[in-house]
Amino acid sequence: MTAGPATRGQGRAALAYLAPALLVLVALLGYPVYQLVVISLFDYGQEQVSGGAPLTFLGLANYGTLLGSAKFWSVLGHTVGFAAVCVVGSLVLGAALAVLATRVRPWARGCLFLAALGAWATPAVAGSTIWLFLFDANFGLVNSLLGLDGFSWTYGKWTAFGLVAAEVVWCSFPFVMITLFAGIRAIPPEVLEAAALDGASGWRTATSVVLPLLRPLLIVVTIQSIIWDFKVFTQVYVMTGGGGIAGRNLVLNVYAYQEAFAASEYGLGSAIGVVMTLILLAVTGFYLRALRRSGEVL
Amino acid sequence: MTVRAAATRAVPSGRAGLGSKARSGRARPGRVGNRRVGRGVAELVTVVVAGVVAFPLFWMVLTAIKPQDEVISADPVPWTLRPSLDSFVRALTVQNLGRYFLNSVVVALAVVALSMLVAFLAAAALTRLRFRGRTTMLIMLLVVQMVPVEALTVPLFFLMRSVGESVPAFGLNHLGSLVLVHLAFSLPFAIWMLRGFVAAVPVELEEAAAIDGASRSTFLWRILFPLVAPGLVATSVLSFIHAWNDFLFAKTFIISAAQNQTLPLALQVFVKPDQNDWGAIMAGSTLMTIPVLIFFVLVQRRLVSGLAGSVKG
Repeated sequence: MTAGPATRGQGRAALAYLAPALLVLVALLGYPVYQLVVISLFDYGQEQVSGGAPLTFLGLANYGTLLGSAKFWSVLGHTVGFAAVCVVGSLVLGAALAVLATRVRPWARGCLFLAALGAWATPAVAGSTIWLFLFDANFGLVNSLLGLDGFSWTYGKWTAFGLVAAEVVWCSFPFVMITLFAGIRAIPPEVLEAAALDGASGWRTATSVVLPLLRPLLIVVTIQSIIWDFKVFTQVYVMTGGGGIAGRNLVLNVYAYQEAFAASEYGLGSAIGVVMTLILLAVTGFYLRALRRSGEVL
Repeated sequence: MTVRAAATRAVPSGRAGLGSKARSGRARPGRVGNRRVGRGVAELVTVVVAGVVAFPLFWMVLTAIKPQDEVISADPVPWTLRPSLDSFVRALTVQNLGRYFLNSVVVALAVVALSMLVAFLAAAALTRLRFRGRTTMLIMLLVVQMVPVEALTVPLFFLMRSVGESVPAFGLNHLGSLVLVHLAFSLPFAIWMLRGFVAAVPVELEEAAAIDGASRSTFLWRILFPLVAPGLVATSVLSFIHAWNDFLFAKTFIISAAQNQTLPLALQVFVKPDQNDWGAIMAGSTLMTIPVLIFFVLVQRRLVSGLAGSVKG
């Protein structure tokens, strides 16, 4: 495109086209992010909200409370472990099925994709209730098949986490599978033919040709999965009844919600939100670097 | 027929992917037979996996149409000889799910219409126009996608509370508040994804339009918009699902106005310790899932190419 006066005209048009988006994003994302940080610096409880008590500036005291509490560290540990299991689960399953999908005729692939799209499209609340029912202590199919009458999967801490993780993997592997499948399909057949002509074995082609070509895409789906699974809310909330007995199934997101809206500790809840945002921004940093390294042109 | 769809179709659809193609390089006796057996096994595994993945949905629909006594049986069977709509009737009448269904539809459609309009304009500007700060804006767009919106419940709660003081329809306990936040949440990704669809329209078209004397807005609405429409459909599915599925913000904003609850919220109210009416819960889940499912399957082809496009840039 040309520079000079034309560019100036484009600048004005661009501003006009971008104005609605900018307005919405600044007012409903930018400003709340700023407010999140501000609220996290205050003692902001029910009394302050109703105007019954003056606002006191605490500085970083909310963060001090948080970092000094054993509960926060245990919730953080659970969140990281839970996200790790979900990410590994959906990546392994998604990648394996993507490869499988390239090796079957379209009708079989169609079945798999249809089922995967179904799991992907299922709303989180509906998915959670379905899995709860499948694993219900008394009327669930799983207990009936395993002969575990009356066994509650949601009572034990680890079985509850496992059940939620299984549901999350169920609805998040399709994204990995379909993206990687598209990536494998986009590899020019000439490249694979060349490898075959050079006498490369199937394994050698997979590790030395296909994997390096898919690397950028793999990084993207991995980081995208980390970001999603780190902030799972609905499944944990619905399936463990708001974080499990005595909050032992809390993850950061649910913890923040409970502190803010159940305990009316809006300042503390915001501080948890800030910590979560910082962790995810760090992951995003890796994401951007990975994108740049893979040659993404902005 | 869009450029992107054509591009997708241009990808050769050889049935063998990695591995098998390489293996075929060396002629070996019986390899055709082996390959056929291998493919048969792969297809069997594929179908079994598809069955397992689809099973929870099958179980949901089945439970919804089972009569009550079969639902609460200790030995559930994967069929029913007495299908009934009792569970749906209970869900719709006792729990008034129809009303919440409608609320969810209103919110999701409003979000789709607004976000597509706003995102299309933004994507066109970011793809077709050169201006200062463009790269910065694109990076910002990526970064805001990473903001965990769930962390913003507290500030957004107070923001909607103050909005409600001057414009009640967009304040707490009203559907407008949900439309506003989901519009904001779905915009970054919608813009990012539409960028790929807009970029797929050849620049020559724009130049030809300019030579023919078309103004920028004529090009935008008469030429670009129809060409990008399939992309808009694919993108809108994601915005729709985002708004339709939301549980957290509905729970945070709609506190005391039961008539303005949305479907996910209403559904969660059903799940009570000890007295779960699983038939009605599964009927409600079915009502919530089916529209999304239909929507999704209809546009899946475009969605896949769109996602691949947005991921790859």
